[in-house]
Amino acid sequence: MHIMEGFLPSPWWYLWFIFTIPVLAYGLTKMRVLVEKNPDIKVLLALAGAFTFVLSALKMPSVTGSCSHPTGTGLAVVLFGPAITAVLASIVLLFQALLLAHGGLTTWGANVASMGIVGPFIGYAVWKLTSKMSTRVRVFLAAAVADLATYVVTSLQLALAFPAKEGGVLASFKIFASIFAVTQVPLAITEGIVTVIVFKYILELKRDVLVELGLLKKSAAGGARA
Amino acid sequence: MRLSIAAFLLMLLLPFVVFAEKEAEPWSGADALAEQKIVEITGGEYKPWFSPIWEPPSGEIETFLFSLQAAAGAVVIGYFVGYFRGIKEGMRRAEAR
Repeated sequence: MHIMEGFLPSPWWYLWFIFTIPVLAYGLTKMRVLVEKNPDIKVLLALAGAFTFVLSALKMPSVTGSCSHPTGTGLAVVLFGPAITAVLASIVLLFQALLLAHGGLTTWGANVASMGIVGPFIGYAVWKLTSKMSTRVRVFLAAAVADLATYVVTSLQLALAFPAKEGGVLASFKIFASIFAVTQVPLAITEGIVTVIVFKYILELKRDVLVELGLLKKSAAGGARA
Repeated sequence: MRLSIAAFLLMLLLPFVVFAEKEAEPWSGADALAEQKIVEITGGEYKPWFSPIWEPPSGEIETFLFSLQAAAGAVVIGYFVGYFRGIKEGMRRAEAR
């Protein structure tokens, strides 16, 4: 669930824009370079974007008795890293802000920062740090952590903008995290599972592109065949 | 694969098993709850300074647009997975010949 339209006061809404815009610019450049190098990557980009589209449209019930939706950024971040993920997430968030009144234009910067940049970046760090584990476990962890971290960041963004009269930012953070982050735990696990399923298909069918992206070594099992 | 799908279904059902109706409005969106909390924290002072330029005119239309979003994404995923699988199958048959 994103921060609603108009719900970030000055200066927070534009500070998050200032944070987000350079990352998007960098992500776009990186994307262009990748696509020029190998048109096959364009297909994977479309796939990762579509995955984010599907997952962030599904509002699912959680154990807290409220509903929220996964982010679907785990696949993109494992394949392309956080900067390109930011571009894909920004498109989804724009679509939802314009057509669904979900999230908002004034809070777009903050929502791209949480769902597109910081959340995926933390997921990416997990992906990098777990390089000794099996690919399946790594994909699961990266996707689940990116999802959960997104909502921890959302809680922090709201806490910074709305510190409690008693206890300040920390007290507010606890309140917002109890809504967003706790609700998100089971959804993050679900997102991890779904991402593993889709990643397995890509691994089976497009191993050569994964090798090119530097995700797999050529010597890995089946590499010679691909 | 089978295990993944079973785990996925289990996660979908889990909330209904664990959660006993405690709240006035169960299964509402987490963002609506956050909105309430903002009102509480600021003592009702905060008024959103910008509203959506267009809102789906009804809950049904909103559901329709969300479904459309999911369906559009699923079409792209299904198309490419099928396309790649077709290429692989075609190569296999050409080799077998």
